Formats: sequence, structure tokens, C-alpha cells
Amino acid sequence: MAIKKFAFIIRSLPYKTEASRLAMTHAIASQSVEIYLEDGDNVEPVVCFIGDGVFNCLKNQQAMKHYGITSLEQHIKNSLLLDLNIMICKEDIDRFGITEDSLIMDAEDIGGETNARIVPYSEIAKIMESVDHLQFF
Amino acid sequence: MGKLTIGCFSSLVGSLSLDFAVKLSEVAVKKGHKVDLWVSGNATMLSKKGQRAFKDYSSLQKTLKELLETGSFQMTACEACAEARGYHKEDTMEGCKRFSMDWYLASCFSADRVLLIGGD
Repeated sequence: MAIKKFAFIIRSLPYKTEASRLAMTHAIASQSVEIYLEDGDNVEPVVCFIGDGVFNCLKNQQAMKHYGITSLEQHIKNSLLLDLNIMICKEDIDRFGITEDSLIMDAEDIGGETNARIVPYSEIAKIMESVDHLQFF
Repeated sequence: MGKLTIGCFSSLVGSLSLDFAVKLSEVAVKKGHKVDLWVSGNATMLSKKGQRAFKDYSSLQKTLKELLETGSFQMTACEACAEARGYHKEDTMEGCKRFSMDWYLASCFSADRVLLIGGD
């Protein structure tokens, strides 16, 4: 019986490539991974947005309107609804002049109870050191 | 020996990241390790049958066939990523599997090392 921690580090811009979307969908897939594992084994994902990746966390994305696809905002909210641990790098949002009120910090509108957290990079670095597997998108 | 899980999202032919991933798999298998190669996003096309080799483009079909025959190598494509690209089950290269993304996480769970290679 084991729980393995996976970190999904997102540093890609939203929509320019598929990378951040794939990171989110793979992280969300942790919700059904048990069907392939032994009883008691599971995966615990953590999603961290760093560098350009923090732009994925902006509110009021209009991907459905402009591209006819689900937005990264919806994926982030779904992740919060599923109680995934989501962290946003404070130094990077400061660098881009992004304020907390312009970021997706919760999923209350769809019944989520977990919030995203803005944390210093040092905290994300600790996560990267502590997880079993680390993947950059 | 160990188990290596490699995730790849890079496009076939347009990027050499898949070539690197396959070559790395080849070396690992030769050393006695087991390798799971997960192809998602644009990389799903690596597992599509009927690719034609041109001298101007890299061709990985022969190497993949040999790797699959070793029994120490698995290649699995993301089913949703493939379907979104009009690549259906009947188009899958012999020996390759198609599953949803949770399969990849389960492979990572039991891997000694996980590598995510390449972007677009």
C-alpha cells in the first residue's frame, strides 16, 4: 500500500501549445488511476504554475467563445473541485504585475471547497524535492 | 533491473524529440530495463500504422517493431488524443495499446524513473 506524489509543473503559456492542457488533464486523470493499481495504492498529484505558466490561471478566459474549446480556467476549477493541490508562484505573478483578484483561486461557483494557493517559489522548490515523480509541461 | 516510464507529447516528424525518446528506450531495453512509452497529444501519431519512410524524414517504425518484439517495451497512445486527431483504433500499429491518461499515471506509479520528453 503506497501513495506516490506526482508534481505537474506548468511553465507553458495557455493555448499557444497543448502542453498546459495536457498537464491538467493528466493531473485530473489521477482521480481514476486506482482502477490500474493494487488496493490501497494511489497517486497524489500537485499542480504548480511557474514562469509563463501563471497566465493559465487568469480568470474570465473565453476559450469556448473564441476557439470552441473548454478553457484552462475550467480545467483548473475542475481540479479544485476534485481537491487537487494547486500552487501559483508568487514571484512570477508579481513579475508580470498579476494580482490575486485576477486569478482563479477557487471553484465555489461549481461547488468546490478547495482553494488554489499563491506561494513563494521556495515552497514549490520544496514540493519538487519531495515528490516521487516530477514532470515539466 | 529497473522500469522507465517515458511520456512524450512532441509531434511525429516535425520534432526529433520522439526520435530521442525511442533511441533512449532502445538503449534502456538493451541494458535489460523495461520501458513504457506513453504517447499523448501530437505524439500519438507515432503509434499509427502505415507510416511511409522518406529519406528527408526520420522513420521510427522499424525500431519500434523490434522494440515491441523484445517484450520489454510497451507503447501506449492516449485514446482521446488519438481520436481527436482522427486516428482510430483500427489505425493503431500492431502491438501498441490505447488507453486513457490514468494508464500513464499508473505506469508512473510503478516506474523507477519517469521522464517527460519534449514539448511540441
